[in-house]
Amino acid sequence: MSRHSELGLLRYATSPGSSSFTEFLNAAAPELMPNLTRTHVDAPHGTTIVAATFGEGVVMAGDRRATAGNLIAQRDIEKVFPADDHTLVGIAGTAGIAVELVRLYQVELEHYEKIEGTQLTLDGKANRLATMIRGNLAAAMQGLAVVPLFAGYDTAITDPATAGKIYSFDVTGGRYPEQYYHSVGSGSLFARGALKKLWRPGLDRTGVIRVVVESLFDAADDDSATGGPDLTRGIYPVVIITTATGSERVADDELAGVVQSIIADRTGRPGA
Amino acid sequence: MSMPFYASAEQIMRDRSEYARKGIARGRSVVVLTYADGVLFVAENASSALHKVSEIYDRIGFAAVGKYNEFENLRVAGIRLADLRGYSYDRRDVTARALANAYAQTLGTIFTEQQKPYEVELCVAEVGPSADEDQLYRLSYDGTIVDEPQFLVMGGQAEQLTSELKGSYLAGAALRDAVGVAVNALGKIGGTDGQPRSMPASQLEVAVLDRTRGKRKFRRISNGELTGLLPEGHGEPLATPAPADTPRHDENGGTPAE
Repeated sequence: MSRHSELGLLRYATSPGSSSFTEFLNAAAPELMPNLTRTHVDAPHGTTIVAATFGEGVVMAGDRRATAGNLIAQRDIEKVFPADDHTLVGIAGTAGIAVELVRLYQVELEHYEKIEGTQLTLDGKANRLATMIRGNLAAAMQGLAVVPLFAGYDTAITDPATAGKIYSFDVTGGRYPEQYYHSVGSGSLFARGALKKLWRPGLDRTGVIRVVVESLFDAADDDSATGGPDLTRGIYPVVIITTATGSERVADDELAGVVQSIIADRTGRPGA
Repeated sequence: MSMPFYASAEQIMRDRSEYARKGIARGRSVVVLTYADGVLFVAENASSALHKVSEIYDRIGFAAVGKYNEFENLRVAGIRLADLRGYSYDRRDVTARALANAYAQTLGTIFTEQQKPYEVELCVAEVGPSADEDQLYRLSYDGTIVDEPQFLVMGGQAEQLTSELKGSYLAGAALRDAVGVAVNALGKIGGTDGQPRSMPASQLEVAVLDRTRGKRKFRRISNGELTGLLPEGHGEPLATPAPADTPRHDENGGTPAE
């Protein structure tokens, strides 16, 4: 940083460059890029993320557990973040790199908006994220993969029932639009199975919160690396809803009620 | 053998200053003032796409007059610097003071080392948690930096506007009153036969740094919302469209302050 401060602002002022913060950072301060190859592979991992569309937009939820081998590294890690007003990113993969990648992505979107005076389209935002994952390919080959799930409310679409969009990615930077719902991470198989049975078109806010929390409940039931709701400590999944008016994190009090009712329903049928 | 042309350093600097000052005075004015909830930017600007006022970071705003390509370059550089600093340290470590210093260095270097000085004047403003902590910095074409306590005027007939504002400015005014003060002052200058001009919303670019907002304090005020805030006698659309901003050097359309 000091090296650049000495050269002064002129260095940045005289080269036109693009509106991408990532490209600028790569040129101005490559040591701050999160995709540097690292050697330690015992880093904590994030686990199950689910996203689902509903009548007013889209919702994303993630469990709170990070594991390192057979140990629980953290019980209250957050893996779902608002990237800007209308988009959400959830991360599964190596926690350290993933959190850094999200932070860079948040600056990337805001940077573009400030320089261009307008936001990227939702597809543009998804493509930017794909490019950043592709940049992490070398590290992915060493087992430090970062696979995010991306969801957003497309403000260009007038009907809120179809404006919620979900994109999944692979470590090579492939970008895949998903219909209705999707899940990533080690417990995603079980979460997707649950979503298949629970999700209905045109769910309301309350309905969709119940669906995503219950699918995480199922993932935690069968995947040791996914944490279930922790009633003793009051740790609940992170659930963020994005609609036309912006993003809102669902309060823990509301989630406590949802979790209680799921447990009550399942106590009645222990085979579930 | 011809003698090399000699000009004293004083003469060169004087010429450059005069050149920059003339260019800046050709454009239209920008008024930046503090009000109850933060900082208000009011620019006379017929274009809704080429901005004179912009967001730099969470609490920092930018306003400029002069040559568009030159201040746009500086604006982008400022956003890059702020984002880089915020990304490598923390969002709270990005300050208007540091940014203003960087601009001062840049403008100073350009003024002394390049053939042609930048014909720009900038304002970097930061909104604080309380009114006492609001900051306004004025940066001139030669790198001079001034910390203004309440308001500042740049471009056009800046001196007349400043004396106009000195009489009407009130600290801690509500947004509507602050917009009224700025727009009335802008309208009083530059009319034909000393008559005040009517300023429609389409001729103004207005934005605030509002300390009551969430993370990003910058907000543009335009169209209907702006028309509703304009004082009496302003706000009606113009019959004839306004001319393009900042005439070229070889045009005589402008009214230099000197």
